[in-house]
Parts: sequence; structure tokens; C-alpha cells
Amino acid sequence: MATTWRLTTPLTEADVRKLRAGDLVFLDGRVIGVRDATLIRVFDHGIEPPIDLTGAAVLHTAPNVRREGDRYVPLSVGTTTSARMDRFTRGLLEGYGVRAIIGKGGLYLPESLDALRTFGGCYLAIVGGAAAWQTLHTEAIEAVYWEDLMPEALWVFRVKDLGPLFVAIDSHGESLYARVGAEARARLGQILTGTG
Amino acid sequence: MVIPEPGFYEAVEKAAAETYLKALTDVPADVRAALDSARRRETHPIGSRVLELVALNIQAADEHRILVCQDTGTPVYWAFIGSKLGVDGARLEDAIRRGVEAATRDHSLRSSICHPLSRENPQTNTGYRVPVVHFEFVAGADYLDLVMLPKGSGSENQSFLKMLSPADGVAGIKRFILESVVEAGPKGCPPYIVGVGLGGSADLCMVLAKRALLRPIGSRNEDPAVAALEAELLEAVNRLGIGPQGLGGMVTALAVHIEHAYTHISQNPVAVNIQCWRGLRAAARIYPDGRTEALAQWQLPGG
Repeated sequence: MATTWRLTTPLTEADVRKLRAGDLVFLDGRVIGVRDATLIRVFDHGIEPPIDLTGAAVLHTAPNVRREGDRYVPLSVGTTTSARMDRFTRGLLEGYGVRAIIGKGGLYLPESLDALRTFGGCYLAIVGGAAAWQTLHTEAIEAVYWEDLMPEALWVFRVKDLGPLFVAIDSHGESLYARVGAEARARLGQILTGTG
Repeated sequence: MVIPEPGFYEAVEKAAAETYLKALTDVPADVRAALDSARRRETHPIGSRVLELVALNIQAADEHRILVCQDTGTPVYWAFIGSKLGVDGARLEDAIRRGVEAATRDHSLRSSICHPLSRENPQTNTGYRVPVVHFEFVAGADYLDLVMLPKGSGSENQSFLKMLSPADGVAGIKRFILESVVEAGPKGCPPYIVGVGLGGSADLCMVLAKRALLRPIGSRNEDPAVAALEAELLEAVNRLGIGPQGLGGMVTALAVHIEHAYTHISQNPVAVNIQCWRGLRAAARIYPDGRTEALAQWQLPGG
């Protein structure tokens, strides 16, 4: 039976370890927005992130914003496909203490799933394409770093009641994507051989 | 032949901007109906929760007049030019580009377009050869139909082309399409509209797969054999269990649309271009005097 959890950032290892694949999470606090260019800068160019990511919930995103004076107003904050950033997962957890990756479409590299298990992390699936709804749960953009990468800067969002997020990969080695994917391949085999 | 009045190209620019914004903020009526129907038949606990959130999201976009999804996409236009309209193609293309830039500037749209090597982003949603503009011609018409498809990257990254052999036959075609949907899995935001190109050359085949996404859900290919394949594949795709957002469920696709062309005797090309659940597109008709009307349910000419 799925459990619904309410969590506040920064997340602890205990927060994450209690989550099981299929559970639901509502999140309060700060979410750190990163994307391809942000993570390439950290891991391929070796530049340290400008903020402490211990216990962070990281979101795969690049928002639509409007500049008002010296701050940014969120116009549309959504979620991008995580698979492109899969190879940075281990580094985020092991190197910087990130506890949750919020994304859509899942993570697949064995080393990513192993890192979630080893270091105590989880993958929280948001409904991809549901940016309007997600934006209404984003209270403010508190800070922006690396604006030269616009829109792929490093964003600090304050969120309220962000959810439900689906625990799609937990810290115990269970992945809904692996389960659904294996079943789809089995059914495909049955359809193609006329036994399905 | 009707030569457009001076205001025509300004009207095209305005229509290019308005269809871009409309496609990003307003889910088409046929897609809404298909999502409602999907929600009624989905029984998987996560799948049905996802479809509930999709409905809430569309409602939120309607009420607050904000983007449905944050991805402003690759701006793709289809210009269906009436054969009686004496249009200047270069000016037309330029007007469409200016429309994209105006919409981006006026509505603070995220610029999603960059140089393929340097990754430099001009912050305009345009660049060399972007927007993508396809031109087709409609016999007898004296107007321009402009159809806009801001193609999201999550689904566009799930694009597939295979030059099968004639000996692979229809079975090979079905296999490749189903394998492509399994490969796309959760990554392109299911439930999908599966665009399929069949036949032609490699380049035409891929264009046809995208053209299939212009069709409203519920439409069928005019060729009965192709239409039967659409129905058979939709049924098969929805037996895969991938479900909404790939987290499990009965509804993996809202539609399978196939556009076909004759092909070479030694070829059997198949292309798949996935569209995400928001099925975004918008269309406008522009008359020679610049008068413009939004087309709520646009149909392919002859379709």
C-alpha cells in the first residue's frame, strides 16, 4: 500500500530511506534547478557549484522567467527528461550530498541506481508537461547563479506543497521504470509472436 | 492568381506569433477529449493519478493563462499555400521568423534554440535554419493556412528511422514501430501521439512522421489499409503497459497517426516521431487582404 509523505528540505538520510517505490511525496522548502549545461560545467569542466547541496532536492529544469529589476519571476517552471543527465547522478550524491533528484522519465545507469542505494538518495517523478501546475507550487525564485548559461542557470526555487511526486526509484534498489520497462518488453515479445 | 495586399506579410508575422503562444498555452480540443477518455478507462493507481494531474494542469494553464509545459520547443511551421495565392516565399519565411522572435520577446518565452557546436543561445528561439518551415501547396485555395507545432524536446528526442527491406514486410514495419514506443518508454511524456512515416525516401519518411502529428486525434488516413494499420497499432501499443508518464497503466498512446508515400522497389522506410500528451499545435488562416482567422480544429487538406 502506497504511503503519502510530507517532507521539508534539506532532506536527511532518514527522510529518504523511509520512502518506497510507489509512495507519494509532497515537498516544502527549496528545490535546486539544474540542467545539461549546469551539470556539464560542474562535472566536465570541474567548476564547484556556487551553493552547498547537502540534503538538497535537485530538479531537472530550465524555466521561463521574467526579469523584474534585480530578480526573476517564475512564469513557467517545469521538468525536463532526466535521462540526459543520468551520468551526473552519482557525482551529485557522492560528491555533494544531494538526497533527491526530481525529474521525469527516469534514471537508468546501473551506477545511478547503485548511488541512490549506497548514499541514500531517491528519484521523485513529477508529471512531465505539467508545468502550469508545478509553477503554481513554486512560490519564488530565491537566487540564480551562472546566468551566462541562461536558461540553464543554477536556480534556487522556493516551493510549497510540491506534489504529489511519485517515488519512482527508492534507496533500496527498486525502480518503477525497470519494472514497467521489463513488463513492456515481455508484452512486446508476446505481441510479436502472436501469443499476447 | 491573387497578389497579397501589403498587410499580408504583417498578418503572417502576427499569426506566427499568436499560433506559437496559443500552441504553448492551450491544449487542442481533440487532445482534451482524448485525455478525458483516457482518464475514464485508466485503472492503474499511478496511471490514473497522473492523468488526474494532467487534467489539473490543463485547468491551471486555462485559469492562469500560463504555459502548459515549460518547453517552448523547436518552432516548426507548416505553410499550406493556396495555389491561387501569389505569395513571395522568402518574405513569408522571414515573416514567420519575425513572429517567433516577437512572441519570444513579448511573452518572455524561454529560448530553447542554440548552435549545435558552440551551444550559443541567441535568446530568440530562432537561429540559422530555425524556425523549421515546411511548405505545401493546396490546389484552388487563395489563402494561407499556417500550422504551428512547437515540438518539445523530450518527445523529439524519441525519433526513430529505419530503412527496412521489402522482405521485412508489414510485420517488420509493425515490429519497428512497437519497438520504438518501448524504447521511448517514459522519456517522451506518455500517453503519446505516435507519428509514423511510411515509405518515401529517408528524408521524406521522417517529415511524414512529423506531419502525422498535425492531424486531429480521431482522424484516419484516407487509405483504408493504412487506416487499418493505425487502429491495429494503437491497440497493440496500449497493451504494452507503459502507461501515463511510463509509471505503468493501460493508456500508453492516445493515437497512432500514419502518413505514407510511395517508395523505391528496394526500400521499406519507417519513421517514428513521438508527440507528448499535450499534443500541442495551433493553426490560422490568412487571406490575401491580411484578414486572419484562428482555426480551432484544423484538418489536413483532403484529410
